[in-house]
Amino acid sequence: MNTHYGIYGGQYVAETLMPALAELETEYLAARADQEFQNEYRQLLKNYVGRESPLYFARRLSQSLGGASIYLKREDLNHTGAHKINNTIGQGLLARRMGKKRLIAETGAGMHGVATATVAALLGMECEVFMGSQDIQRQAVNVERMNTLGAVVHPVSEGSATLKDAMNEALRDWTARFKDTFYLIGTVAGPHPYPLLVRDFQAVIGQEARRQCLEQCGRLPSQVIACVGGGSNAMGIFAGFEADSGVQLVGVEAGGKGLQSGEHAASICGGRVGILHGCKTYLLQDGDGQILDTFSVSAGLDYPGVGPEHSFMADSGSAHYVTANDDEAVAAFDLLAKYEGIIPALESSHALAYAIRIAGEYKPDTILLVNLSGRGDKDMDTVRKFKQQQPSATPGLGNSI
Amino acid sequence: MDKLSKIFASCRQQERAALIIFCSCGFPDLERSEQAIEAAIEAGADIIELGVPFSDPMADGAVIRQASGVALRNGATLAGILDLAARVSHKHPETGFILFSYMNVLFNYGLDRVCRKLSAIGVDGILAVDLPLEEAAELELPCRDNGLHLIPLVSPATSPQRAAAITARATGFVYSVNVCGVTGVREELPAEMAAQLAELKKISPAPVAAGFGVTDGAAARRISQVADGVIVGSAVVKILAREQDFQVSLEESRQFIRELARNCRRCP
Ligand SMILES: Cc1ncc(COP(=O)(O)O)c(C=O)c1O
Repeated sequence: MNTHYGIYGGQYVAETLMPALAELETEYLAARADQEFQNEYRQLLKNYVGRESPLYFARRLSQSLGGASIYLKREDLNHTGAHKINNTIGQGLLARRMGKKRLIAETGAGMHGVATATVAALLGMECEVFMGSQDIQRQAVNVERMNTLGAVVHPVSEGSATLKDAMNEALRDWTARFKDTFYLIGTVAGPHPYPLLVRDFQAVIGQEARRQCLEQCGRLPSQVIACVGGGSNAMGIFAGFEADSGVQLVGVEAGGKGLQSGEHAASICGGRVGILHGCKTYLLQDGDGQILDTFSVSAGLDYPGVGPEHSFMADSGSAHYVTANDDEAVAAFDLLAKYEGIIPALESSHALAYAIRIAGEYKPDTILLVNLSGRGDKDMDTVRKFKQQQPSATPGLGNSI
Repeated sequence: MDKLSKIFASCRQQERAALIIFCSCGFPDLERSEQAIEAAIEAGADIIELGVPFSDPMADGAVIRQASGVALRNGATLAGILDLAARVSHKHPETGFILFSYMNVLFNYGLDRVCRKLSAIGVDGILAVDLPLEEAAELELPCRDNGLHLIPLVSPATSPQRAAAITARATGFVYSVNVCGVTGVREELPAEMAAQLAELKKISPAPVAAGFGVTDGAAARRISQVADGVIVGSAVVKILAREQDFQVSLEESRQFIRELARNCRRCP
């Protein structure tokens, strides 16, 4: 089968992993066509995760901005608090079907680690999570959650001690133990077939959102907006609208301190094509092809690559990619709490920040659909520290009304 | 006959396996890694793998990862390593040289450009760690155009059918990985190794060299009985990183490589 998206994607891994990837592809294609597998996945999404997640019109927020109508796809209301669980349920069931007893995962913000540990508990499997030591500090509550769920968290202190280093370590572990171990990747990156299967397991977001939007509004949104770390929540919601040529798909990358500052995590908007973690894609790298440290207030977006299908969509123009900076994301975080009583994840706050930025250019009959990929409880500490560090950098958004 | 074929032919005549030594270029800095290469050649290495450091060495164990980290902090770049390669290959026209790298560093430099350059400076081939058969075409073409070998990997996880497909396209030699896992020193090699190598030798038209986890003379001797080449990496790098005084480490590495070379002889 085709393992590439144009020039992107592929399977750039050591030979030892190729048979493991082939086994995964075969088993996944069989599971995808197996009605029983699909039924069990759907049942768990309904009764365990709590799907479908609501589509919610953020009326007060939209009115305060005096422009477009902002709708939120509430992935924050899923069990464990983010979209990540859609994928871990799917891959967990696949692991069980393949007879694997041990799940491993990489995690940045810890949401994917928590979602993997949750599924391991649900299915009675062992779970080990690799996490950068810097992220362990930033996301201490999620480490506690994983421990409570029975997972072992391995700190990774090499390199930048963040998500990319955790992924290196998970790949090394898998290379030695693929016989009894399933590597549960948390985003639409990595070697084929991961970008494909993670997309499929997240597509439920877009399928629901499209139907809900038609039910509630009688028409489709003008724009579908999602944050892009590796790109799974974005690909999941985009998947529902790929045939709708009138719908603009917008991916929002982490602008950190601004693209010009060089301190960001915007692989598409600020990177070049390269090869990392098994796929060819846009990457943040120096002139010698060494991967750069990334920078974002949001641990879940702090990744120097992006799913290969996003790179392809960026080149082909089928989706549009922009950035939101740290200060805008934090302002959006505050604004949603203030007007809607919803505390969003800092990752999701990037998507929201872009919607807030452009809302004023439109009339209320324009629908902006924002994927609220997760909830922000995990980020309280980070936001407090951010505000202490730069009291003057936060723009007036949050205080202006 | 090309240089690598000559090396393997002459080793065969001398009834020994070729000794292939991996060197972490730029560790601890470019100048001293050049000394390490000189020492390895002087001690009996037939082929040198010029290891290019990468920030995200997902196929490497702790020893090579740490060496790569030091090399990058001390300013190693692909351009600098190519200059080093030009010097050593000019000085040692009989020795084989293989550039050993992750794909991104090569891709970033330009695959055509790096192949032209390697060919011009007398390097014999490339081994890209994260380039399996399925992705090999993009590097295979510029390698062929420039008379370079693209060295493929085969692992214990590789099925016989797949090994046949890989070795059919191989020139230079085939790198057989002894264990499933990353590079690194290991207590012992798996018992199945000899049988696996014998199987691979049967199907491969190109010479077969075995590496990963070769720690001492005994391991080198075991491999030499069945394979055309013995590859040693982490064990040498570990020695080079051991002492405060690099010159002391360098001497120890020379002794170690001499011992390896002695153990490459085939016992009748
Ligand atoms: C809530 C939330 N949103 C988004 C992301 C980014 O991942 P992706 O781009 O794969 O959706 C994360 C990652 O941890 C997350 O926790």
